[in-house]
Amino acid sequence: MALISRVLSGDLPRNRILTALLIAIVAGLAFAPFIFPGAKALNVAAKICIFIVLVASFDLLLGYTGIVSFAHTMFFGIGAYGVAIALTRLGPSWAAVAAGIAAALALSLLLSLLIGLFSLRVKAIFYAMITLAVASAFQTFASQLSEITGGEDGLSFKVPGMLTPGFSFAEQPFLGVSLDGKLISYYLLFAVTVALFLVMLRIVNSPFGRVLQAIRENDFRAEALGYRTVVYRTLSNVLSAGFATLAGALLALWLRYNGPDTSLSFEIMIDILLIVVIGGMGTMYGAVVGATLFIIAQNYLQDVMKLASDAAAGVPLLPDLVHPDRWLLWLGILFILSVYRFPTGIVGKLRASQ
Amino acid sequence: MSTSAATAPAADALPAVALDRLPLALLPALALVALPLVGSFSTWVTLTVAGLAMGLIIFIIASGLTLVFGLMDVLNFGHGVFIALGAYLAVSVLGAMTGWTGSESLFLNLLAVLPAMLVAMAVAGGVGFAFERVIIRPVYGQHLKQIMITMGGMIVGEELIKVVWGAQTIPLPLPAAFRGALLLGDAAVEKYRLIAVVIGLIVFAAMYWVLSRTKVGLLIRAGVQDREMVESLGYRIRKLFVGVFVAGSALAGLGGVMWGLYQQNVTPQMGAQVNVLIFIVIIIGGLGSVGGCFIGALLVGLLANYTGFLAPKVALFSNILLMVLILLWRPQGIYPVAKR
Repeated sequence: MALISRVLSGDLPRNRILTALLIAIVAGLAFAPFIFPGAKALNVAAKICIFIVLVASFDLLLGYTGIVSFAHTMFFGIGAYGVAIALTRLGPSWAAVAAGIAAALALSLLLSLLIGLFSLRVKAIFYAMITLAVASAFQTFASQLSEITGGEDGLSFKVPGMLTPGFSFAEQPFLGVSLDGKLISYYLLFAVTVALFLVMLRIVNSPFGRVLQAIRENDFRAEALGYRTVVYRTLSNVLSAGFATLAGALLALWLRYNGPDTSLSFEIMIDILLIVVIGGMGTMYGAVVGATLFIIAQNYLQDVMKLASDAAAGVPLLPDLVHPDRWLLWLGILFILSVYRFPTGIVGKLRASQ
Repeated sequence: MSTSAATAPAADALPAVALDRLPLALLPALALVALPLVGSFSTWVTLTVAGLAMGLIIFIIASGLTLVFGLMDVLNFGHGVFIALGAYLAVSVLGAMTGWTGSESLFLNLLAVLPAMLVAMAVAGGVGFAFERVIIRPVYGQHLKQIMITMGGMIVGEELIKVVWGAQTIPLPLPAAFRGALLLGDAAVEKYRLIAVVIGLIVFAAMYWVLSRTKVGLLIRAGVQDREMVESLGYRIRKLFVGVFVAGSALAGLGGVMWGLYQQNVTPQMGAQVNVLIFIVIIIGGLGSVGGCFIGALLVGLLANYTGFLAPKVALFSNILLMVLILLWRPQGIYPVAKR
């Protein structure tokens, strides 16, 4: 128990249902290739892992520091493009992966530092607007540099041999699952996700994290207590950008492809915002619960909506309203309601119920 | 500023605040710098008119947003919905009147476009009223929630537009008499751009008149300066705010019609795209300042057209560059609003 508490930086789920939910999610992800056979299920599990990192890094900024940024996908995209470009140019090797990640991290940190120093002195609203503008400019920039980034088509590339589906490290399938590079990829992804998540949990529960929360609650008072809020806000911004970049690198490694729609698009930004709010801002565990529910809903709920849409055929307007393409409509409504009704999200609600 | 006003003898007229003319000089300066770079005078005229047209349309859209922010500290990330709504309503109204829009007569064309604009303004204003009541009212004074709620409103609004009109791009052709160009000397100037400039100037003049010559305008300006003081004098600033919000939404609807005609097509995402542009404009102008918004919008419009001609790749980022430069010069925007 003490060990678990130490691993989780003393920030336990503090609720039975939440604990059970988290254990189920972690177990489900850890054994996903064996419990849920099939390529689609494994893709969903991988996407959940990537989004847990991405959303947790956004939570560090929004939930813990109280800063709204719309440039989070920009850093996600930088990570993905870093790996994609390095692997396309330097060939499939681990050195290329490392070089790509290092370059992407450097660029992300520099950009986030610049944006932070430039605009975090002013109000939260100002920062939200500036990041919105910068992110949209970056998106244009990435699609304009088509010689390097592949433009709208994106880049398909080879990953190091060990991670390709063709690589197999045992003849016999184990429990009906072939032991190939895809499995290694998935477990690499899973291990990195767990590590990054625990690091972030450590950060928010450190004295530094407490200062961030103090700034979120009352920045004037935090400043009066002697903390340079600009410095802390900028650091939080830089850290969050760094983790988002790593999530982007994981995405590129998993998909073996990257393009503007997979990592840079504003839709992903909206997804992140929805997940953080619905999962629970400022809890970190909200990222896990939210990302899992959201990605599963995104992949399977649309099938249900299609059934509903077909069933409602003939009724005016209704088939359009429940059409699978319109699922963002319902998520948007859910989002608005959750900001009003339970701003602390699923995790906050569960914790409060005890 | 307040101390000098307080110590002035009561008999004297109120001390006039000197107009800060420096930013006003930016516009002719930009145009003059562009002239030798562009080279030919006729091309320069074409570009300048195009820039002014674009800038004035942006101003129509952005003015409401900046006033809403100045008055109540509410930044509406959902403003783009009203733009898209206006443009789609124009598609429907003009689509129903193809007989008039197809005719060569300018009069019949105007007879078709005017109702389209009025419908767009009325519906956008009505939706704005509901938006303020349902979405924004519960989160007054909470910035974080405001940003998220209005963003949520934007998502829902965009999806509803897709439900009603479909997700695909719809062409919005200009009425027949608006097409083509006029020759001013050697310079070819598109007719629609001239019309846009005229409408934009009318809106600006009307807004200037309301803000500087009427009592409502006086209250709005006072509210932007110091909300609590206006409230303590017995005026219900909330009512004023609702009025400004509805007017701002209606103007966004009008701007949407004009933007749609300018682009000659409409997409559900256009609201979000224009949103980015108007945010840049109101940051440049100083949040809450209508005058700054006017200059900012024209600067953005002119610069976009000049750089689009000189260096198309740079044009995509010209707005951001302009914003950075202006903020380095005046960190609070061209005309900082006093209390912020």
